[in-house]
Amino acid sequence: MDFEFDETQVQIRDSIQKICAAYGDEYWLEKDRHGGFPDDFARDIAEAGWLGIALPERYGGAGLGVTEAAIMMMAIAESGAGFAGASAVHINIFGLKPVAVHGTEEQKRAWLPPIIRGEHRACFGVTEPNAGLDTARIQTRAERQGGEYLVHGAKIWTSTAQSANKILLLARTAPLEATPNPIDGLTLFYTDLDRRHVQVKEIEKMGRKAVDSNMVFIDGLRVPVDHRIGEEGKGFRYLLEGFNPERILIAAEAVGLGRAALRKATQYAKERHVFGRPIGQNQGIQHPLARSWAELEAANLMLFKAAALYDAGRPCGAEANAAKYLAAEAGFHACETAVMVHGGMGYAKEYHVERYMREVMIPRLAPVSRELVLSFLAERVLGLPKSY
Amino acid sequence: MKVLIAIKRVIDYNVKIRVKSDNSGVETANVKFSMNPFDEIAVEEAVRLKEAGKAEELVAVSMGVAQCQETIRTALAMGADRGILVQTDAELQPLAVAKLLKALVDKEQPQLVILGKQAIDDDSNQTGQMLAALLGWPQGTFASKVTLGDGKAEVVREIDGGLETVEIKLPAVVSTDLRLNEPRYASLPNIMKAKKKPIDTVTPADLGVDVAPRLVTLKVEEPAKRKAGVKVASVAELVDKLKNEAKVI
Repeated sequence: MDFEFDETQVQIRDSIQKICAAYGDEYWLEKDRHGGFPDDFARDIAEAGWLGIALPERYGGAGLGVTEAAIMMMAIAESGAGFAGASAVHINIFGLKPVAVHGTEEQKRAWLPPIIRGEHRACFGVTEPNAGLDTARIQTRAERQGGEYLVHGAKIWTSTAQSANKILLLARTAPLEATPNPIDGLTLFYTDLDRRHVQVKEIEKMGRKAVDSNMVFIDGLRVPVDHRIGEEGKGFRYLLEGFNPERILIAAEAVGLGRAALRKATQYAKERHVFGRPIGQNQGIQHPLARSWAELEAANLMLFKAAALYDAGRPCGAEANAAKYLAAEAGFHACETAVMVHGGMGYAKEYHVERYMREVMIPRLAPVSRELVLSFLAERVLGLPKSY
Repeated sequence: MKVLIAIKRVIDYNVKIRVKSDNSGVETANVKFSMNPFDEIAVEEAVRLKEAGKAEELVAVSMGVAQCQETIRTALAMGADRGILVQTDAELQPLAVAKLLKALVDKEQPQLVILGKQAIDDDSNQTGQMLAALLGWPQGTFASKVTLGDGKAEVVREIDGGLETVEIKLPAVVSTDLRLNEPRYASLPNIMKAKKKPIDTVTPADLGVDVAPRLVTLKVEEPAKRKAGVKVASVAELVDKLKNEAKVI
């Protein structure tokens, strides 16, 4: 058992920290106030080759594992960029894994290099208003008509769709009744987000204003057959392979943001004097901060254990889900504690921690709820009857 | 032309230094280390020389514990071609470092040695000068601009009150100041390439250098806490205080 980062991993963390140092608290505060995609930040990340961290070397990536991707995403969030920074690049990191694994040589050559260079921006069209976590029941249909598919349906919580030019789209190609297993009959496409047939409507939300989330209405989008990834009807299975890495990355981002909050709160506790001494001398302030540190470290260990298992090609469903759960809760406690330690100033935007607290709700809710994680662990780890 | 770059692994400049409770040194456990910022500038300058076609091979040298390899790897990711680690757990003082560097220079025969003017941990500002003396080479210290010519280099030096331009014959030692350049970040493709670049490991004994410290550290203390200042109501009061209390004017 080795808990140390290796040389490359240390370099990844340090290099990302250096890029992020140019985007300080004021930058993200401004992005939170007025919105607008953090294009300059995303460009800096792309230009230094970071978007290809987990994609194959043959197509311009670095071919590293989810462990390294987690280190990268944690460093972004921890810099104070939080989920605004992390979500601006998140989908490029693992979103196109199904293409890398199941795509044809031609598809990989056409699609991976521009994503790694940051020239293409992709969005994820999976979740639907009427399906939620029960992804097998999505209603978007793709009907085969000769050399193309005709797609109708609606997606929700599609991030970055305001500016994306590509969409990774899951649609039903065989009716639910016709597939013995409900996870079959769904097909995955990677295609142009043709705004003549796709209407994108932004959802106003609690935090992370810089990175848009949207409702997406698809009406008669024609998708060429060669934009299909892998076999027809297997799309959800391909996506499932990416669920664990995604949970690990979200967990890394939550731990990163929690650490940013803890750093701010600790600093404030040292500097703020009340009753003639720093408030950090009071156990009422110390203990929640110390507890947050312990919780964040525990979540950190779990997420890197999950990442190590994944990178070793071993099952990691329980660990990845547990990491997502632990990290989101630890991150939330840290952000909440940071607001409370700041007292009234915690409620003021210029102290940044209230922004963190709004953003840290994201990993608690997405990509899967706490409750469904616990139901999954109860069933798969503890052997209790399936509840959902 | 071959360039040798000396780099030191130091406590990261962002870390708040804490003195050990027995005053024997500073706390290094669980502390982030990185490349001495002045040495980063040296690496950057060497890489720019190579990019401009004025240097062929860049050799990055670091000395100390095994983890110094991380620091070398960073230099390789910035563009150095290969690394040499002089591995030892012993405390290395500037004279020992200069002697070890001299031994490596004798072996490698570079035309230019470039290194930070000082390390931010002990602030000695001695290694470059000692190395030049041991080699009998010219030196251009505190460089804010380096221009290589035919068999010589023009170095603009930062000195008190201005800039001094000197011309030195190669081979030479150049120590870098803050304003020489702005070091690049290692990009991911270059980090991946650096993994394949070679790092040789030698020991002080291999180089036949006695590194025994010549100086003994008696104690290390935190700077005295500064007292809170006072506000003055007027310029007259300020002048009065400077004259009569502080006695500086």
